[in-house]
Amino acid sequence: MDQRNFTFLFYGFAAAWAIIAIYVVTLVRREHNIRKQLDNLQRMLDDREAK
Amino acid sequence: MREKLLIALGAIGALWLVRNLYFICLVLPDEAAQGAIYRNLFFHVPAWATCFTAFFVAGVASIVYLIKRDPWYDTMAVSSVEVGVAFTLVGLATGSIWARIIWGIWWTWDARLTWALITCLVYIGYLMLRGAMDDPTTRAKNAAVLCTFAFVAVMITYKSIEWWRTQHPGPVLSFRTGGGSIDPMMESAVYNNIGAMMLLAIVMVAVRMRQEEMQRRVDSLRRHVHAVA
Repeated sequence: MDQRNFTFLFYGFAAAWAIIAIYVVTLVRREHNIRKQLDNLQRMLDDREAK
Repeated sequence: MREKLLIALGAIGALWLVRNLYFICLVLPDEAAQGAIYRNLFFHVPAWATCFTAFFVAGVASIVYLIKRDPWYDTMAVSSVEVGVAFTLVGLATGSIWARIIWGIWWTWDARLTWALITCLVYIGYLMLRGAMDDPTTRAKNAAVLCTFAFVAVMITYKSIEWWRTQHPGPVLSFRTGGGSIDPMMESAVYNNIGAMMLLAIVMVAVRMRQEEMQRRVDSLRRHVHAVA
């Protein structure tokens, strides 16, 4: 019982940290994508206005 | 400046969580009846406190959006809901793992658990609804109406352990029971983790809001590029 107790305590903590970590990774990736889109569009606009 | 502040707050929140983890695992004793598994409570309760707060902020922001029609409040609402859903999943997962040891089952259709799941699904529905609408004004207005009414599910979930005495344990924190249900050291650990998780949630909401603002700039630039072409 005690060993299972600790095993499941670990599962609980691992699940909590994993969900938060996955969300943070999602946030970072989304930010990277938006910045890339922003740079591309800005460059495209500058090119078109230069022409 | 804002970026540095967010990084500093995030670091403080993370260090606070690590400090709490040390206190929870190495200082607090096992609970007499439950053994070590009761330590799940220190993540389970703060996760729910954080998501309820996030949904409350989203509800207020949605009402203000409906009155003022300022897109900033819509940004605040969607960011808070998204972060709230992440913490709802933490609450559901930690609760389910605790239940497997204490009740011998992963899940039961008890009033609190059922309403918690309904709350989670309603807010996931809110995010899906937003994704299904292209026009920003229509999206913001419909989402704000849904978010305002969705908070009813949060209130029912919160009160369900008082209204229906089913399998989920009743309230233990002093501000709900008047004291005597939990050891003061354990209660302080719960409040410390609520503080750390709230701080991290604030940073996540701020980052998410900045992304929504950047996305609006992307949409506006895209229109501009098409207009120039």
